Amino acid sequence: MYSSPKYSPVGDRALLVKFGDTIDLGINRKVHALSRAVEEAKIHGAEECVPTYASLLVYYNPLKTSYERMVFGLKDLEPKIDEYSVKTETRMIVVPTVYGGSFGPDLTSVAEYHKLSEAEAIRLHSETEYAVYMIGFIAGFPYMGKVPEAIATPRLETPRLKIPAGSVGIAGNQTGIYPREAPGGWRIIGRTPLVLFNPYAEPQPALFQLGDRVRFKPISEKEYQALGGKS
Amino acid sequence: MKGMDVFRVVKPGFFTSVQDLGRFGFQRFGVPVSGAMDKYAFACANALVGNTANDACLEVTLLGPELEALCPLQVAVAGASFSVLVNGEVAPMWETLNVKKGDVVAFSGSAESGCRAYLAVRDGIDVPVVLGSRSTYVRGGFGGCEGRSLRGGDVLRAFAPLQFLKERRVLPAELVPKYESEVMVDVVLGPQEDMFTSEGIETFLSQEYTLTTESDRMGYRLDGAVVRHKGATEIVTDALCAGAVQVPGNCKPIVLMADAQTTGGYPKIATVTTPDVSRLGQAKPSDKVRFRKVSLTEAREGYLAFHASLSRLEERLVKRRVF
Repeated sequence: MYSSPKYSPVGDRALLVKFGDTIDLGINRKVHALSRAVEEAKIHGAEECVPTYASLLVYYNPLKTSYERMVFGLKDLEPKIDEYSVKTETRMIVVPTVYGGSFGPDLTSVAEYHKLSEAEAIRLHSETEYAVYMIGFIAGFPYMGKVPEAIATPRLETPRLKIPAGSVGIAGNQTGIYPREAPGGWRIIGRTPLVLFNPYAEPQPALFQLGDRVRFKPISEKEYQALGGKS
Repeated sequence: MKGMDVFRVVKPGFFTSVQDLGRFGFQRFGVPVSGAMDKYAFACANALVGNTANDACLEVTLLGPELEALCPLQVAVAGASFSVLVNGEVAPMWETLNVKKGDVVAFSGSAESGCRAYLAVRDGIDVPVVLGSRSTYVRGGFGGCEGRSLRGGDVLRAFAPLQFLKERRVLPAELVPKYESEVMVDVVLGPQEDMFTSEGIETFLSQEYTLTTESDRMGYRLDGAVVRHKGATEIVTDALCAGAVQVPGNCKPIVLMADAQTTGGYPKIATVTTPDVSRLGQAKPSDKVRFRKVSLTEAREGYLAFHASLSRLEERLVKRRVF
């Protein structure tokens, strides 16, 4: 974590506040806290915040404010942001997941990479409690961590053109879930029947929220179908 | 207010979608902004039929559609220069057109210059508002017409009853943009310009880049001189905005456009200014682009001037009493 956040302009109507350059829960909590602080403090001219692992993108309206005035307002909030991080990290979401087979074609390579059995890889992935660091890439995609070193595996060298909705993947020490069919290079180890994104559900179209705690629960193919999963 | 059927799509064109100014407030959930690629032409089309700034239009790309009017309508076409035909007769762009029931509005051939045109219908196209916007986001499968580009047989609706303008509006010739196949766009360096060598930045700011065929509403992949990183070619994933110029491991810049994904893991050498992202919306594959560095102050002045030009559009239109 940096000793103090770094500010940089992003074009003519946004700025980036960076708290560090690693995937770290402490840093990430600062990002979430600042994001909430900006909303609640209603900084004049601030429009939309996009929190990610270690930084916050803040859009502003140049008709109402300027980069300099935004930095001034944000620096003013800095000492107070910890007050905004209290009420989070409370929700636990359980993700029923069929591991391996055609639902998780890369489970074998993840296990082989670490010289583990598939059962051990499943155990390691499902016994770990994860936090949602950010949502991005495609609508509703949760970036979660951290995956235990014993199963952390780099992305595929050649990304797949089609990964089915609900696919659970690993990329380095992150784990994530594809809300809809998309191309991608994450190693797919399983699939969940949960619906992760519904554009008609306002104001919270995504199942996951920043700061949620998450656990994966191994289920059978039969249970997957009973829960409405598509094969 | 009840909508009414206004157009039946005879031919959909290459890629025609419903767009408004965009979807704001949901990027934290991974939802892109979307919206019209060229905000100036979009604003002109709406102003020419007396619409408000955020009314939804059709965004036409390279090859336009053919539409049959299902009732009397006022429409306007602005943007890339197409030959617009009403029942086979050439009709002017950049002015209000009155269309009768049964008339066929067709975009003949491909755009002569520019890439995208906007067809506005008096009172705006009525599609369901999804997450605060009517814009189509095809990769997410929502917004606009069932989350996709138009298909033959689609029926478009507008708000009824239509209150027609009593005058014909025309955009003065000096306000009609010229779309060149070589475009210079302003950028503010950063937010990760420090990850590039000084030669890399120099190359980026001095060389000409070509839009490849892998260029769409999400982003433009460019071909040209390589832009070298100092070391790492990836960052801890952070947020992206339209105009971000990211440079992945192959050292070829990608400019993110209206449907930009909300986050990305490649370093961003620069960010194209808001007015120039709009101008870039008229670039098409094989067009050339150059980047010019501006200061934050210049970028801010450019933004304010662009905004002023949009808000003054309506008063600058020529209004003729008779049709």
